[in-house]
Amino acid sequence: MEKTLRISKIRDGTVIDHVPSGKGIRVIGVLGVHEDVNYTVSVAIHVPSNKMGFKDVIKIENRFLDRNELDMISLIAPNATISIIKNYEISEKFQVDLPSRLVGVIKCKNQNCITNTHEPVESEFEIVSKHPLVIRCVYCERTMGEKDIFS
Amino acid sequence: MLKNKSVVSIEDVDSDDLNDLFDLADSMLKTIEKGGSTDLLKSKIMATLFYEPSTRTRLSFESAMHRLGGSVITVSDVKTSSVAKGETLADTIRMASSYSDIIVIRHPLEGAARLASKFANKPVINAGDGSGQHPTQTILDLYTIKKETGSIDGKVITMVGDLRYGRTIHSLIIALSKYDVRINLVSPQILKLPDYVYTKIGDRSRIKEYDDLSSVIADTDVLYVTRIQKERFTDQNEYQSVIGSYSVDKELVSKMKQKSIIMHPLPRVDEIRPEVDELPQAKYFKQAYYGVPVRMALIYRILGE
Repeated sequence: MEKTLRISKIRDGTVIDHVPSGKGIRVIGVLGVHEDVNYTVSVAIHVPSNKMGFKDVIKIENRFLDRNELDMISLIAPNATISIIKNYEISEKFQVDLPSRLVGVIKCKNQNCITNTHEPVESEFEIVSKHPLVIRCVYCERTMGEKDIFS
Repeated sequence: MLKNKSVVSIEDVDSDDLNDLFDLADSMLKTIEKGGSTDLLKSKIMATLFYEPSTRTRLSFESAMHRLGGSVITVSDVKTSSVAKGETLADTIRMASSYSDIIVIRHPLEGAARLASKFANKPVINAGDGSGQHPTQTILDLYTIKKETGSIDGKVITMVGDLRYGRTIHSLIIALSKYDVRINLVSPQILKLPDYVYTKIGDRSRIKEYDDLSSVIADTDVLYVTRIQKERFTDQNEYQSVIGSYSVDKELVSKMKQKSIIMHPLPRVDEIRPEVDELPQAKYFKQAYYGVPVRMALIYRILGE
């Protein structure tokens, strides 16, 4: 039987696959996809998957992701696959990789942390645990779980 | 080895360092008790930057450096310093580290001392950052327990009061969790130990939380009392009821073991009644006294030969 695509192929852009079911909305949130977006974003939620049971898939047209955005995705979906599409072909495909340190990616949720002032430093976190996700601010040493990071 | 290292968190000091500091503090104490000073750090300069009020910590650091034969430079009032002109802490630290051999900093924001250690080209000692860490208080607390009870291992330690915001408590629990001790935490619900402190403790099975002191007092070897600050409560009636139920008086101490001790990082307000001061269990002034030999030991290990 011919396999049909729920979202049509894109010409140029980025496909984020193997996002845990239900986390797709959070991924587009951290990528800054809001009401005034000027590129096409398709999100498929709760798609049957051989590997994961169910998954979310995101296709973003004419946009490519930078290091910080990939790090953010790795926090939400540590096993996500990124495909860079050029002229309908996959030009590059890789799995996101949660780094051991996150520098300048997210703000510390502790309002009393020195990194939330005008000091010339970027926020910096070390990964305490991947499952469940727990990160620790290198400066104030507060830990944050997934809920704190994305609230 | 602490040579030329910054001490920002109690985790920067391992158990070998701690044992070494305790031994060295013993010999520094003997020097003090003989009424003497040393010239171990002659010609070394300590810069103290206190962005928050402090009495004991500041005086004991400065006394320690003088007793080691070194000298101290300080900013007497940060409100009139370059900070008031909008200078970043990073720039202040760069400047201070070029004028001195070691920097001691207290700051109201958490992480300030870690930031200072990144911008200084000299060792930095954290003398308290917001509700974060206060490692030298922890070292002297551990030293007091060892000195006044004989050992740290095997003890039942009860901490009472503000366990949520009290920085001395956070550092001390992390340090004690590496010893063979049982820890009782007694506090009102709104001042319970935060989860982020628990995440730093490996084995939590020896830590238990209680609402009131009476159920654990007879079993306690070390009662560590902290001040409950009025401003933490939105309901002042609740504050009044809490402060009453956690105060240590003669009657409560009569239920404690003869050889148990009472500690407090000071300043105290109402949480330990003055009538307790003369009892043999009261060790909080001794604890403050140990601040100088312990800080002498630490500064010497960082700057000495």
